[in-house]
Amino acid sequence: MSMINYASREINCKIVYYGPGLGGKTTNLEHIYGKVAPDSRGKLISLATETERTLFFDFLPVDLGTIRGFKTRFHLYTVPGQVYYNASRKLILKGVDGVVFVGDSQVERMEANQESMQNLYDNMAEYGYDLTKIPFVVQYNKRDLPNAAPLPDLQAALNPGWEVMDAARQRSMPNPYQQGENLVEQLPTGEWVERAPYFEGVAISGDGVFDTLRAVSKLVLKTLA
Amino acid sequence: MAVSASSWSFTEDDFAAISRSLERFLADSNARCALIVDRAGQLVATVGEQPRFDAVAFATLTAADFSANDQLARLIGETEFRSLVHRGEQESIFLADIGRRVILVVLFDTRTTEGMVRLKAKWIIDDLERTFAALFERGHSARAETKGILAGAEDEIDRLFQ
Repeated sequence: MSMINYASREINCKIVYYGPGLGGKTTNLEHIYGKVAPDSRGKLISLATETERTLFFDFLPVDLGTIRGFKTRFHLYTVPGQVYYNASRKLILKGVDGVVFVGDSQVERMEANQESMQNLYDNMAEYGYDLTKIPFVVQYNKRDLPNAAPLPDLQAALNPGWEVMDAARQRSMPNPYQQGENLVEQLPTGEWVERAPYFEGVAISGDGVFDTLRAVSKLVLKTLA
Repeated sequence: MAVSASSWSFTEDDFAAISRSLERFLADSNARCALIVDRAGQLVATVGEQPRFDAVAFATLTAADFSANDQLARLIGETEFRSLVHRGEQESIFLADIGRRVILVVLFDTRTTEGMVRLKAKWIIDDLERTFAALFERGHSARAETKGILAGAEDEIDRLFQ
């Protein structure tokens, strides 16, 4: 629920990092916190257990610049990934403007990824939000690990695309982030599908972290333009 | 199905009207500071003594606190807890729902009492509910308004992320 505050000349937007437990959501925020100039970000708040697993959420406010005299302030949240924290995970989605799904590339985590993606769709639907219509970006994290699944397998499992019914949108749209690929394309079956932009990441070293953040933030601001 | 959470805007006139109500409430109740936080955790307004802590983080935590308590209420068969109080030895916090849209957060210390804050808050809550109902009613066309601000700003947005 983006808020335009004319009094303080700010545009406030909420971005939620979603995904399975231990997938790297908090690591994404920690990297952003470490790299953004202190005057452009607030404190990183973590409501975590004693073993540093996210209990409720992590929160980091960042300013990404000024447009038309308005400061663009993004509130970044992570959710707890573990299955049994669904009640608190759902609360964090309230008023969300953009979603990043942080998938764990390890083959062994494929089922956990799919379960989390399904849970994201379900929780969004319970608020009446349509994930296929809001800014949504996928990050495949841990690409450096030897047991990382091939990208096409991850795409097929987690980002197979949703059907594009609107005839006006049934035309190829190049993926600005992956050369030679399309975000909207026609399948050999004749069906038109749209996929979310995706990025490969190694959050622990920062690879792909800012690409992901930039992509989702830009999509959020473009919904206001 | 709604596409996403709707946008809403908050003008300088809104800020002035809400600030006037809050200032009157602070004078009547002798509380230190009042904040308005939206349900998504964004700080909307602060009136009274400026907080010496990180108000943005504070706003996020109060919204999460309120949402978690909403769910607790439902689990025990209540529809909601309209207000919450956190009592400290010196400093305390009173939180109240405003029309299920925003949260009034009041910081008070030993210069007043919880009873006084609650009593005076009753009036301002009605007042603020009316104000925010009108503001969100206008918000139905907020997407058109926000488009007004960023319409044609695609290039500027692209440049921001280069």
